[in-house]
Amino acid sequence: MKEESVVVTQNLIKSFENNHVLKGFNMDLQKGENLVVLGKSGSGKSVLIKCMVGLLYPDNGSVKVFGKEVADLSVNELDDLRIRIGFLFQSSALYDSMTVRENLEFPLKRHQPTLTQKELDDLVMEALANVGLERAADLMPSELSGGMRKRIGLARTLILKPEIMLYDEPTTGLDPITSREISELILEVQKNYKTSSIIITHDMDCARTVANRVIILINGERYAMGTFEELMKSDDPQLKPFFAAL
Amino acid sequence: MDKNQSGYKVFIEEIGSISAFTWKFIKAFFNRKQEWKEIFRQCYIIGYQSMPLVGITAFIMGLVLTVQSRPTLEEFGAVSYLPAMVALSIVREIGPVVTALICAGKIGSSIGAELGSMRVTEQIDAMEVSGTNPFRYLVVTRVAACIFMLPVLVVVADSISLYASYLGVNLKGVLTWNLYYHQVFESLSFSDILPAYIKTYFFGLAIGIIGCYKGYYSNKGTEGVGLAANSAVVVSSLVVFIMDLIAVQIADMLGYT
Repeated sequence: MKEESVVVTQNLIKSFENNHVLKGFNMDLQKGENLVVLGKSGSGKSVLIKCMVGLLYPDNGSVKVFGKEVADLSVNELDDLRIRIGFLFQSSALYDSMTVRENLEFPLKRHQPTLTQKELDDLVMEALANVGLERAADLMPSELSGGMRKRIGLARTLILKPEIMLYDEPTTGLDPITSREISELILEVQKNYKTSSIIITHDMDCARTVANRVIILINGERYAMGTFEELMKSDDPQLKPFFAAL
Repeated sequence: MDKNQSGYKVFIEEIGSISAFTWKFIKAFFNRKQEWKEIFRQCYIIGYQSMPLVGITAFIMGLVLTVQSRPTLEEFGAVSYLPAMVALSIVREIGPVVTALICAGKIGSSIGAELGSMRVTEQIDAMEVSGTNPFRYLVVTRVAACIFMLPVLVVVADSISLYASYLGVNLKGVLTWNLYYHQVFESLSFSDILPAYIKTYFFGLAIGIIGCYKGYYSNKGTEGVGLAANSAVVVSSLVVFIMDLIAVQIADMLGYT
């Protein structure tokens, strides 16, 4: 049976003036899988997922999400698509003038305006329970630790029940224990929400924990692809440095 | 030579970008979907929370203008014209312009810094990828609040200034409130108040647009946030003066002088 691709990029090219970040990148994300994209800092990993939600547009090539060419969508069509995609930012990007509760209510109030306050409260508490932070509802983002901010960011993203999750460096800046917890949370999200996910990272422990498939991004191109174990066992000198610390 | 050309190019590009940003605001402002709750919240922050600063400045402005003007008028034996002269100065020019400059400093910088830090910390991107229009939520609400609240602040500032002027007149003389009030309103006509009041809406638009533009498109990094706040104040203050100049010319052409 042919597997269903929910995201496909073909010959994706993106440059910032003279900095050629992506030079014909190809990949596909299968429904229900966790795909990890590994690469050095500045290799264009974040640019790749930003092209998938229309935050950046490619100079050339194609990015299709659910079969739709992102660059060709109208503003309203893009908004409709974005509701089906969750994006966890590296900095968590919580709205710092709002409480945790207001952060979670924000997308709900705009996309499900008919919900009553009671229904909003229930959904918020359910999302917070899923990330183990029910007691943080009335805190401000400035009162949260780095790991808590990631969890709240994830809860805010999941509250609209997206079909695709894009994680931008989900464990960067966290201690090893919290990183491990976030990695396990990513697995729980895959299991409970049936999401298809792209995880951008250079944290090898996170990659090993969450990946069904790994793509190595070198010099703006897909250098290698396979399971974590396959790539770890490779003798390729370009791949060895990635797995050296393990 | 090249440097000058590139400077002109940047200047022209900046004017073009701000014009496009203003046009985008106008289209979004007349859209049926509005974030009314956020607009009211911004009106509270921009209007109500600016009242103490505007009030104190207006009081000092009215008092000082009166005290400083008295010796000159005394030389010409025209002290009785003091209330009328101060009232005309305040209502036609000083009240709107000084209030707009204070707001450019307080509100422009705060909007520039807030949106700039939201841009740097990816909060604006987060809003966008959640399918919410950040322009409508962040820009339209703040600019609308500036447009609605600046005229209110100017009316408050004018009133406080005129009262301070009454106190100033009585520092070295005796004038009853009723007589002062009568002299002030006898000197003011519709053609003095209307152009002065209308231009405050445009001052509000300029302060809101420039603060939002500078913050919304601020460069990455904390330096960019500082720069956004700083340039929001400098550019909006300059634009207030330019708008005032244009408003005076238009009022003159229409016979409101």
